[in-house]
Amino acid sequence: MIDYQLMLNDEVKQIKPSGIRRFFDIASEMDHVISLSIGEPDFSTPWHVRQEGIKSLEDGKTWYSPNRGFIELREEICHWLKRRYHTEYEPRTDVVVTVGGSEAIDLCLRCLINPGEEVLIPEPSFVCYVPLTEMAGGVPVTIQTKAENQFRLTAKELREKITPKTKLLILPFPNNPTGAVMRREHLNEIAEVVLENNLMVLSDEIYSELTYGDTRHVSFSAIEGMKERTVVVNGFSKSFAMTGWRLGYAVGPKEIIGQMTKLHQFGIMSAPTMAQYAAIEAMKNGDSDIDYMREQYDMRRRLIVDGFNSLGLTCFEPEGAFYVFPSIKSTGLTSEEFCEKLLMAEHVALVPGNAFGDCGEGYVRVSYSYSIKHITEALSRIAHFIKSTTV
Amino acid sequence: MDRLLTLLDENARLSTAQLAVMLDKSESEVAEEIAAYEKAGVIRGYKALINWEKVDENKASALIELRVSPKRDRGFDEIANRIMQFDEVESVYLMSGGYDLAVKVHGRSMQEIAMFVMRRLSTLDSVLSTATHFILTRYKDGGVILNPDDEKDERRSVLCD
Repeated sequence: MIDYQLMLNDEVKQIKPSGIRRFFDIASEMDHVISLSIGEPDFSTPWHVRQEGIKSLEDGKTWYSPNRGFIELREEICHWLKRRYHTEYEPRTDVVVTVGGSEAIDLCLRCLINPGEEVLIPEPSFVCYVPLTEMAGGVPVTIQTKAENQFRLTAKELREKITPKTKLLILPFPNNPTGAVMRREHLNEIAEVVLENNLMVLSDEIYSELTYGDTRHVSFSAIEGMKERTVVVNGFSKSFAMTGWRLGYAVGPKEIIGQMTKLHQFGIMSAPTMAQYAAIEAMKNGDSDIDYMREQYDMRRRLIVDGFNSLGLTCFEPEGAFYVFPSIKSTGLTSEEFCEKLLMAEHVALVPGNAFGDCGEGYVRVSYSYSIKHITEALSRIAHFIKSTTV
Repeated sequence: MDRLLTLLDENARLSTAQLAVMLDKSESEVAEEIAAYEKAGVIRGYKALINWEKVDENKASALIELRVSPKRDRGFDEIANRIMQFDEVESVYLMSGGYDLAVKVHGRSMQEIAMFVMRRLSTLDSVLSTATHFILTRYKDGGVILNPDDEKDERRSVLCD
């Protein structure tokens, strides 16, 4: 008999599995569950984009692409970034097309981090940064963002966590799960600290196009002096509703992107060819699709924020992504208790906030990438739950 | 396109308060806009989309293509106006292409509809010919998918095996 525990890598064994799995396991066994837990668009990929993917198959274009991705796509990505965020990159050297934004995050961490170096990770945030940092040999140092700052990272919070070993700051905005957005003035503040301390930055801007309000997303690399120290990760999943195509990219200084491409080449080879053809169409002709989806999300966002606030589950107005992060502290329950009871009593599935870091305790993540009918039904069930638990 | 109309087109039961929140307007503004649309005849009514087949098995409907001869001065309006008076008629459209009017008709049985076409429609003066197509199954009507099972959310949690 093989003792697999002796065979497995020690680091991998140390990594904690995601805490939200248990809820999904329960929810998937139940009937008539209404979920506000899924973190992907409810829209299908725009038809003209799908068509280009289909056409590439009909034409038999089923081969590998170049390691970095097709040059046509890299050129379109650079045009798009320039048009939308006023940042300039060289398609031949500054871009690598990856299997989703997640791969780009992994590559970036592995290319920048030496053993023992510290990576600053604002929380609550997407669950991959800590384990990927650990696998890269780095030391994750989390920064707790606060509801009173609308879950933005402040310069003060950042300064407090910097040590001589700090190498990299991860900037996950617009944020999953809080919906927090960093506007230009907030980024300027962070940029100062980055410069003072000679930090590198991994800016995960996957939700960039889902920014609401009068002003659009500002890329961290558009802040003066930041382009040369920032790797920007973005992709097609959220902005073009293309999650299943698995396509993202990183742009940044050619020295870093070059090393990332080398790893990508050995580990992945190249991103899916069909998806790249579809993505070229998305970049060229997809602006109106983005506008349409953003408008739909925006209306749902207002509806759901208002819904939670009127239930007494206070909820700051998120300006990005498609999540709200209401506080459930008034119920006296922990995040997990709240979610479990709500699931059992009303068959509504939410994600406990502590799944995104300890400071998410006392909150729940609610996705509004659902139809208005679905959202209003879920809200009325939650209202019923609140009434029956507080009586 | 007007977002208020689009929202109402999808779900007329949203309350003024809900509409106001979604559109970032005050309730009274929304109420005024709705009243103005009603007055101008833009909003012509509010009704439920009912899947009658679930309630009543004795229900049939048909799409009828009519070729008609237009009248001097009044064109197709006169005959269209005549046809829309029948209670059996759900909608009347003037069409481009191979025929003139498309008339949607409902009744308690195919037989009843057949009789209606024979006795009431085809006997009208300007009607030259009719072609009756019975509707067998309604999958989607008025923008709504009628069988809830066809509307399942196929997104899966990426965490499930």
